[in-house]
Amino acid sequence: MYDTLIIGAGMSGLAAGIRLAHFDQRVCILERHTTIGGLNSFYRLGGRNYDVGLHALTNFTPKGTRQGPLARMLRQLRFGWDEFSFAPQIGSRIAFPGVAMDFSNDFALLESEVGRCFPAQKDNFQRLVGRIVGYDELDLSSAGQSARQLVSETISDPLLVEMLFCPLQFYGSAREHDMDFGQFCIMFRSIFSEGLARPLAGVRIILKKLVRKFKDLGGELRLRAGVNRIATEQGQAVGVVLDDGSQLTSRNILSSAGWLETMRLCEDVSQEDERRAGQLSFTESISILDRQPKDLGHDRTVVFYNDSPQFHWEKPNELVDVRSGVICSPNNFVYEEPLAEGVMRVTSLANYERWNALSEDEYRLEKLRAYDASVASAVRFVPDFRAAVVDTDMFTPTTIRRFTGHENGAVYGCPEKHYDGRTHLKNVFICGTDQGFVGIIGSIISGISIANQHLLRASSGVGDHDQAAVSNG
Amino acid sequence: MIAQDIRGAILNILSDIAPDEDLSGLKDDVPFREQLELDSMDFLDIVMELRKRYRIQIPEDDYVELRSMASTVTYLEPLMKDVQAA
Repeated sequence: MYDTLIIGAGMSGLAAGIRLAHFDQRVCILERHTTIGGLNSFYRLGGRNYDVGLHALTNFTPKGTRQGPLARMLRQLRFGWDEFSFAPQIGSRIAFPGVAMDFSNDFALLESEVGRCFPAQKDNFQRLVGRIVGYDELDLSSAGQSARQLVSETISDPLLVEMLFCPLQFYGSAREHDMDFGQFCIMFRSIFSEGLARPLAGVRIILKKLVRKFKDLGGELRLRAGVNRIATEQGQAVGVVLDDGSQLTSRNILSSAGWLETMRLCEDVSQEDERRAGQLSFTESISILDRQPKDLGHDRTVVFYNDSPQFHWEKPNELVDVRSGVICSPNNFVYEEPLAEGVMRVTSLANYERWNALSEDEYRLEKLRAYDASVASAVRFVPDFRAAVVDTDMFTPTTIRRFTGHENGAVYGCPEKHYDGRTHLKNVFICGTDQGFVGIIGSIISGISIANQHLLRASSGVGDHDQAAVSNG
Repeated sequence: MIAQDIRGAILNILSDIAPDEDLSGLKDDVPFREQLELDSMDFLDIVMELRKRYRIQIPEDDYVELRSMASTVTYLEPLMKDVQAA
């Protein structure tokens, strides 16, 4: 009998596992895939390391900062800041036709760029910032309010509105077209007010640290252990049945599989509304270069681009929508030593159903086409790097679906979030993307906060367990 | 444990929670919230570490007693008098 079974060995599941194991729970993390990571993972191909998901860590704050999600995560998981070798971004850009605004981890740069590009909006932007800083994420009264409406009330130039939404939606909006105002504030702070960084060794270093800590605390991690269903009895879960038919019993279950995905696992749920599934997925076209991007005159860390005055954040009808995209160069962070090879990653919105309907031969061909189209679109906003490419790889919505189990390859999950982490079963909780936090730090905080709130409080039964341990001893 | 041991035990917990903090200059009568900017999640952690390490249960209504080192030690003294110092 476990205290808690965790479904999924991504950032949130591992972080929750550390919290629970640290406080002496018997915990097992079950992962269907052969490796850890979930939506933020890594792989090796042709002798090279690739990251999936992570372009940059958002919410980055310098060493010594005591507030904010990064500081909180480090304290809650008992890590020192130096353990991850964070390298801050050099600087990023939002590029629209005829206008480009730079931003960095120093918020003053964005303020001055807004003043330079939109002099008439300078004061309006300050008013918006005031509103964002003052936003209390625990105050649910403005939850669900349209961010586009609220931002447009303050900023009267629609182009600036679009330019502000572009990076925030690309880095974390599960909802098409608009964002929840609360989500907008959280994303604004994480990207503009805090900032971007990357551990020198990429996402794997974070995952490796999490796994090591979890195991050192006595936590169990089982790979190739997909959960087939959650067994229920009278309104509560009693355990899980794995794909191989074996059964595990547990007092509590914490699932990071996604909301719909978790509902589908529950024996007592006959049908879930498919329309509530997330729709937004991506392709990523990865190019390995024979030189560093800066040798091509490119020093930006991330470039968010859109080729018309209006930004369309929606599921494309075609395989990919290359009108907009994100170009990230992992080289362009402030490292002590440069990375061995130049890399350019181009992310574009994509349609899962279209990709999923392709035959194997069509799929291979369309991947090549999508790579070419995405890169051709991107080089309108950064120096043309195509002559320097020595190797390429690409992932699509179906790749994401296959390796993460997330419906539609929806990286940011379903549009409707479940902030309290509760389900209809009193001892089953969810964490991760569909609980409501995004990004690396966000997902880690999600695992931590749901573990704290529901699984570590004395009333959750853990206290009883302690009592039992004491009286037996 | 006497007051001095309890202070040491709390310092030990704080240095685990915030390994990057220099705690040598910690002022006993200034709230942790002001000096270390601890938030509610951190206070819960101190409570849970005390439970884990010394089997001491602190009711939620008493969390306010943990605002500074001085108040924490005063509050814990009767609860920890039978705990053996390490």
